Amino acid sequence: MWNKEYDVKAYHGGVEAPDWLTAKHSCGTTIMALEFDGGVVIGADSRSSTGAYVANRVADKLTRVTDNIYCCRSGSAADTQAISDFVSYNLDLQSMELGEEPLVYSGAKLFQELVYSYRDSLTAGIICAGWDRKKGGQVYCVPLGGMLMRQKIAMGGSGSTYLYGYIDKNFKENMNKQEAMEFVTRAICHAMARDGSSGGVVRLGVITGDNPIERHVIYGKDLPYLTSDVK
Amino acid sequence: MSSIGAGYDLSASQFSPDGRVFQVEYAQKAVENSSTAIGLKGKDGVVIAVEKLVLSKLYDPGANKRIFHIDNHIGMGISGLISDGRQLSETAKTEASEYRSKYGGDIPLHLLNEKVSMYVHAYTLYSMVRPFGASLLLASHDQKDGPSLYVVDPSGVSHGYFGCAIGKAKQNAKTEIEKLKLSTLSMEQLAKEAARIIYVVHDELKDKHFELELAWVGEKTNGKFELVPQSFLEECENYAKTSLQDSDSDNDL
Amino acid sequence: MFSDYSAPPMWQNGPALGKYYDFPNVSTNKISHNSTNGKQRYHTPLTTGTSVIGLVFNGGVILAADTAGYYGSMMRFNDCPRIFQVNKYTILGAGNDYADIQYLNDIIKQKILDDDLHNDGIALKPKSLHSWLTRVLYNRRSQFDPLWINAFVAGMQNGEPFLGTVDKLGTAYEDKILSFGFGTHISVPYLRQEREKNPNMTKEEAIACIKTCMDMLYVRDARSGAKYNIGVISNEGSEVQGPFESVGHWNIATHGTPGQE
Repeated sequence: MWNKEYDVKAYHGGVEAPDWLTAKHSCGTTIMALEFDGGVVIGADSRSSTGAYVANRVADKLTRVTDNIYCCRSGSAADTQAISDFVSYNLDLQSMELGEEPLVYSGAKLFQELVYSYRDSLTAGIICAGWDRKKGGQVYCVPLGGMLMRQKIAMGGSGSTYLYGYIDKNFKENMNKQEAMEFVTRAICHAMARDGSSGGVVRLGVITGDNPIERHVIYGKDLPYLTSDVK
Repeated sequence: MSSIGAGYDLSASQFSPDGRVFQVEYAQKAVENSSTAIGLKGKDGVVIAVEKLVLSKLYDPGANKRIFHIDNHIGMGISGLISDGRQLSETAKTEASEYRSKYGGDIPLHLLNEKVSMYVHAYTLYSMVRPFGASLLLASHDQKDGPSLYVVDPSGVSHGYFGCAIGKAKQNAKTEIEKLKLSTLSMEQLAKEAARIIYVVHDELKDKHFELELAWVGEKTNGKFELVPQSFLEECENYAKTSLQDSDSDNDL
Repeated sequence: MFSDYSAPPMWQNGPALGKYYDFPNVSTNKISHNSTNGKQRYHTPLTTGTSVIGLVFNGGVILAADTAGYYGSMMRFNDCPRIFQVNKYTILGAGNDYADIQYLNDIIKQKILDDDLHNDGIALKPKSLHSWLTRVLYNRRSQFDPLWINAFVAGMQNGEPFLGTVDKLGTAYEDKILSFGFGTHISVPYLRQEREKNPNMTKEEAIACIKTCMDMLYVRDARSGAKYNIGVISNEGSEVQGPFESVGHWNIATHGTPGQE
């Protein structure tokens, strides 16, 4: 752990410090993205925790890379912020060279290259999703080891483990926009209900290419499933 | 020293008083002395044809190729010093491969053209280097954006074209190309016309023997740059020869 | 992005966390932190592919591997092909860390493209690829940063079938039957038996053998998937077939259960 040299124990008068003082700021998270007819829907919960303490309850894990490419971040908050800044910068450069918006795959490949090359130092699980004029809506998954895979639906973060059964049963290809948004919202709600590291509100983004990204926040009574609904 | 350059032609890093860089112009002369190469862009593809002059009967057939594969989807035809052209083809290959390793896709031709042009241009700026004595035709096809064709000359200037010609018979070739309705032609028609033009502009008296190199990229080849298959190459050559005979007999009348 | 097969250090020349930048000859960091010159590496396979099996038959070679990508004990991906057609002479198969497999495959694909661009009809042959893999994998293990891969090369060279493997340490050998992972325990004994009975197996017989193996692996390997690909290479050329699907036979479950037999 990075703060070994800063003697927390001594600072607290020899008493063992609570783990949330020393734990890394991370997104114990539920993130998700899916391809629908005409674009992609991305979604995430909003809990960012250090150990068991919720450091930020309205975090935004849906991060802009370019206007038409976003990423969903999971893992270390610092690592994933640094990586998405790097990719964003490189795609900006590339779009100046190209004279047009870069391809989603280019963004995903840059994420993959970084996560793979520095897999020993980084804790970053990223979903890169967006729209380009060549292949339309696309979702790419870049998990911890730095592999790269296009998927019709991708999930990440601690909450996703609670969802695989739900997704295998209920995911359909070529949903319309409304269906896709409702599907992602419901899935994330179920993960937030069961996963202690996921919670808060549901954030959604819809990228279709013709319009700028459409952002939504869903909370309170509008959530289709709550922790209190758990049987 | 009293010849045309008047001392201002010894270095690429020096202008003449009337604002010219003689070394670059001499490099362009090297292209004008070399075999003709043409590029034609049709409705669904691009064809590159090169009149490769065979200077000695002792050469292997097919030696000293003037058409290069740069990437799956990009091809290059050259006119000028063949070794200069080969070096530029290596530069282009490296650029295409680096683009792929970074962004994971095929480099768009307009971007490759820009990179190669900048590289060529850099060799017109310094006293310790010599400009490239070669002009390049770059051809590619993209499923969404269709065919594209560029020419890079020794000064580092480049343009996109519907049809273009470089090398010793470029004027005659351009006149022939202008007669075609390029945007209506299929790849097969382009290949035949390209072969014909090379045969028409070939100077039988000065350059005895030549080989026709013909390559294409387009919808028919699934966006891959390929040499025209041997059987179709022969068909194109026959077409070129017969139309040449026809026009000769027209002249006799 | 990185030309010499491994990435440069990510954070160089910077101050340690909580410390200031050390200006030349003026040390602001009085207390030096506990530093050894060693570097701990945590590199371990994350998304993994399981067994690969290879078999030489009369006039050719087969490789097979399923398409499951496991993340620990969870099948997170079900479309991770691990049999690749390299060129008309050669097929590559690989197991273990899928990110490393993708990385290696990208490099090989670019090598093949570079070959093709010469347009001289000369292409990488299986023994050359096998030899090259031993160098790359051994080089990485020597930097204490191995590529977590078991690679298999199948091909035809001078009309003869070739089947070779290289592991993450660069250990390399050739054999008529090769395998990685559970395949070693489950498929190899069966394949040896079949080859002993029928040393001049035809292509069809060999494919049937391999399919039997994949069915057995699907049932007995807890890190396997139902879908798999088969790479077949002979003098007629190379191709990757599939995906095929294993179902397994489950009627044994009713055996000895009263009323269900």
